[in-house]
Amino acid sequence: MADLPLNPRQDRLDGQLSALAFAFSSSLAYVSYAAVEKGELVVRTTRDHLVPFLTLLRDDPRYRFEQLMDLCGVDYPQRPERFDVVYNLLSVTYNRRVRVIVTTDEQAPVPSVHQLWPCATWWERECYDLFGVLFSGQADLRRILTDNGFEGHPLRKDFPLSGFEQVRYDIERKQVVKEPVSLTQDFRDFDFVSPWEGMLTLPGDEKAHEVRQGMKRSS
Amino acid sequence: MAESQDKASLAFAQTVLREDIPETLLPEHKAEVREHKIVEIDSHALNFGPQHPSAHGVLRLVLEMEGEVVARAVPHIGLLHRGTEKLIEYKTYQKALPYFDRLDYVSPMCQEQAFALATEKLLGIDIPERAKWLRVLFAEITRILNHILNLTSMGLDCGAVTPALWGYEEREKLVEFYEAASGARFHANYFRPGGVARDVPAGLEDKIGAWAREFPAWIDDLEGLLTENRIWKQRTVGIGVFTAEQALAWGFSGPCLRASGVPWDLRRNQPYDNYHKVEFNVPVTRQGDCYDRYLVRVAEMRESLKIIDQCLNQIRPGPVKIQDPKFSPPPRADMKRSMEALIHHFKLFSEGYHVPPGATYTAVESPKGEFGVYLVADGSNRPYRCKIRPTGFSHLQAIDELSRRGMLADMVAIIGSLDLVFGEVDR
Repeated sequence: MADLPLNPRQDRLDGQLSALAFAFSSSLAYVSYAAVEKGELVVRTTRDHLVPFLTLLRDDPRYRFEQLMDLCGVDYPQRPERFDVVYNLLSVTYNRRVRVIVTTDEQAPVPSVHQLWPCATWWERECYDLFGVLFSGQADLRRILTDNGFEGHPLRKDFPLSGFEQVRYDIERKQVVKEPVSLTQDFRDFDFVSPWEGMLTLPGDEKAHEVRQGMKRSS
Repeated sequence: MAESQDKASLAFAQTVLREDIPETLLPEHKAEVREHKIVEIDSHALNFGPQHPSAHGVLRLVLEMEGEVVARAVPHIGLLHRGTEKLIEYKTYQKALPYFDRLDYVSPMCQEQAFALATEKLLGIDIPERAKWLRVLFAEITRILNHILNLTSMGLDCGAVTPALWGYEEREKLVEFYEAASGARFHANYFRPGGVARDVPAGLEDKIGAWAREFPAWIDDLEGLLTENRIWKQRTVGIGVFTAEQALAWGFSGPCLRASGVPWDLRRNQPYDNYHKVEFNVPVTRQGDCYDRYLVRVAEMRESLKIIDQCLNQIRPGPVKIQDPKFSPPPRADMKRSMEALIHHFKLFSEGYHVPPGATYTAVESPKGEFGVYLVADGSNRPYRCKIRPTGFSHLQAIDELSRRGMLADMVAIIGSLDLVFGEVDR
């Protein structure tokens, strides 16, 4: 028993997933990308085709991804469509997972999938709350995790870690008050790039460095 | 005019029971009475929590009642939201790990395991055999730790006080194992990317073995108190029934899914660490009610003991973390003599390691169900995005469906059977 390979199902699984990736990318026009990354099937599609694609994944007897395990956003502020919305599906029948990714920005809504999986409602609310991603067809798009009256979307990369408001109980006024955040010490954000790996030019050495790089001809 | 006056005084009579007020205290001027505003309060909406002892934390549940029957249950969450995912984005991978203890504080190590496995997957490293066995061993101890608290507190909610008293004694023994291994009773920070923090002290394996031989008697006692107990069965059998289709659609996992008849266990179906080297059964029941969820957890504790037994038989001495100073700190003794070791130690605890770009969704079977981590790395020493997939989130969301047309008293049993911890649901 002790001589079993590291993960007995991984080889078989990789083959299955590669076959699925090939099937998706060759037969479905709206699948823009399908590949196996680190043993996990990743499929990228567009917002307009999300619901038909997920319906296919859920209902087709070849796929049967019955469960929506997770839905989350990822923010890449430098891109024109800055958000990734990631759907992690699980097939209990075939014992495999797929990750479906669509992109969106602050305005364009992603179609809601709560008709397919009722549990999507709260995941979409969470994604809206933390990223400000809109979901069309979702009647219950309220904040879920943050405080009442909270402004902004905290998991966006341009939202500061310490936020904008702090809350405390005021003994004299006998109520909870909100104030602009004031910290006695700023969050200590160090630049961890190793000087001998990341920093090519040492301070005071700029001129010599430019010469070395051939950017400036030494005179 | 006279009619409206009558109406006003009638309204006053409804808001205050007139007979209860002595004649002398009645308002002298009838005119004041007319200024009373009649506010209709729908007495059928009931606030359950956030300070209710049976809410298992800070759950605020707004119940729309029709008499004793729950017409609709609306959970409000987020009262314990601490922004864990945001904080993790600002910490190195090593410093992000302790946040996982604080999510589901009843089963800390299983969540560390999810993050450690995800990081290892992105780093592409494999950990030593002994570390894998220690992880399986402590994950199973954690499972029992969690189930003891859940089952006994569910009993407490339904009126059985004794199991909770007995359960805390057993939990105390288990957190002592935690303390011996990691130095902390709950917030262990023990499973690290690259292995475990340190080897267990000499003799701990024997102590765990001795405890594991005694523990079945405690499970028997628990079952003696509850399983065939008439009151317990009246409170749980047929309450909060979920079919397999419903459970799948609502994203159930773990014991809640297995109680509905779906034989699904990530330890068996998608084994991680050394779960493919141990033999155990996956208990499944068919009814999907609160009683079945209880039975599944009791049976899982017995299976966990089997796994612990096999771990102790197969575990061999050896290194407990990957022998690469880029990922795990050098031994203390080396740092006293070797400059290289000292530099590695300093770099590891200030800068940490850089994880190559990539993304993974890694899930483990935590005691409550599937606990997943969606980790996106961008090549720096901090996670670009770390999405935590809590188990209780989807379970709690289904509470409206679970409790529909149930009685108010059944809510308590349903909440108990879902095994909610709000550190995890709210993050």
